[in-house]
Amino acid sequence: MKWNKRKSIDRIMSFLTASCVVIAIIPLLSILYIVTINGISALNLDFLTQLPRPVGETGGGLGNAIQGTFIVVGIACLIGLPVGILAGIYISEYGENRFGRFVSFVADVLTGTPSIVAGIFGYTLIVLYFGSFSAIAGGVALSVLMIPVVTRTTEESLRLVPGSIKEASLALGIPKWKTTLYIVLSTARSGIITGALLSIARISGETAPLLFTSFGNMFWANGLDQPISTMPVQIYTYAITPFPDWHAKAWAGALVLIILILILNIGVRFVTKRKYGV
Amino acid sequence: MENKITVENLDAWFGAKQVLHEISLGIEKNGITAIIGPSGCGKSTFIRCINRMHEVVPGAKAIGKVLVDDRDIYDRDIDPVDIRRRIGMVFQKPNPFPTMSIRDNVVAGLKLGGIKEKKTLDTVAEDSLKKAALWDEVKNDLNKSGASLSGGQQQRLCIARALAVEPEVILFDEPCSALDPISTSKIEDLMLELKEKYTLVIVTHNMQQAARVSDRTAFFLYGKLIESGETNQIFKKPKEKSTEDYIIGRFG
Repeated sequence: MKWNKRKSIDRIMSFLTASCVVIAIIPLLSILYIVTINGISALNLDFLTQLPRPVGETGGGLGNAIQGTFIVVGIACLIGLPVGILAGIYISEYGENRFGRFVSFVADVLTGTPSIVAGIFGYTLIVLYFGSFSAIAGGVALSVLMIPVVTRTTEESLRLVPGSIKEASLALGIPKWKTTLYIVLSTARSGIITGALLSIARISGETAPLLFTSFGNMFWANGLDQPISTMPVQIYTYAITPFPDWHAKAWAGALVLIILILILNIGVRFVTKRKYGV
Repeated sequence: MENKITVENLDAWFGAKQVLHEISLGIEKNGITAIIGPSGCGKSTFIRCINRMHEVVPGAKAIGKVLVDDRDIYDRDIDPVDIRRRIGMVFQKPNPFPTMSIRDNVVAGLKLGGIKEKKTLDTVAEDSLKKAALWDEVKNDLNKSGASLSGGQQQRLCIARALAVEPEVILFDEPCSALDPISTSKIEDLMLELKEKYTLVIVTHNMQQAARVSDRTAFFLYGKLIESGETNQIFKKPKEKSTEDYIIGRFG
């Protein structure tokens, strides 16, 4: 019977989509599970606030790497967010020309650039020039990864703002720049913030671009022009050693990094919660 | 009666496609002028040329004269932003600003024009909502989202928003096509009140609506102005055959 056939196809498809959701979630949950199981034992207040200790000495922590990650990611945001958001505004609102399409194309290509290339960029541009690994070089390398993501998500969110809203504003005698700044941007706000957030989450865990830019350090940060410790690099350093104590610290570091990114996500969701649902 | 707006030899294009051909039409002060005609005949483009909204579309251009109070708004030294402040527009689909409250929607034009004083804004919001016959329905919900209103209320909110910047002319681009008959009759009553103070132009697909509200009617076909005159005359004794055909529903 036709009706039965339709109903069974409906069931099969529902089952297929549901199982794909499960398949997609399995890696995520298993990563969370394994990292938590392995990392929780080494996690304590000292781990978050103290400096690393030499091999063989117990205790100590990754305090400087946490600090360093905030500094390097902060530098990347200072460069990447304004450049990315303004570039996105340009492409979406003023970029109906060859230059605009070119910038959009370049942003697409950059999005697919391997992160190690961003590291080489930071190394050649900053490290070789100043003759030293530095926090700034790390921040610049991360901003290279950040800019295309922020640019594209900003552009996409702005394009989603209905033309009728822009027209309503222009027809009120509101100049174009004010329309873009106060009407279009505020309508696209949550999309832009989500994009910025995703890019921050992405670069916070990047290791490759930092290996030969910010390099690493066993001490607290002592200047933006000096090498600086970061979580991903510190985790990597600990993970490739043969010492079980350092392995445990690497797991704990990974757990802290995941939790930080999770807090960032939830925090921003909370802040950008719309006053009015749209 | 004198004309508020005089259009002379207006041509308009979208890219290479000409959509208006040598339109010349006078629009009476403190009257309602209806623009009728089948879809795609250039009605909307015509009124968008009157407040320089046509050129907002990429590739669109207009050539000709549009005299508002005897001053050509297509003069080189005229800023389209000033023209749009003087000539308001209400669109086919209600388009309140989704991130703003009802009050902020009404005063958006003033606020972004630099007026910050809360008291002034509150007064304008109340006055405009009263003029738009919406005040009684929303006076307790001024801080709610504009998008929370019904379609008809949203459209009156958009009218209030246009009134708040104190324009001289208001253009209505099929303002009732997305509304039910009750909301439609509210908007029509409102237009009849507004014409005491403002000059109104309405584009409509609805022949009865044109007959009910307008003083003068212009019939457009294929981007050309076929005929214009007193609404009574156009509907009862059209001079052109195509006008008659359209009005009695033979096409369109």
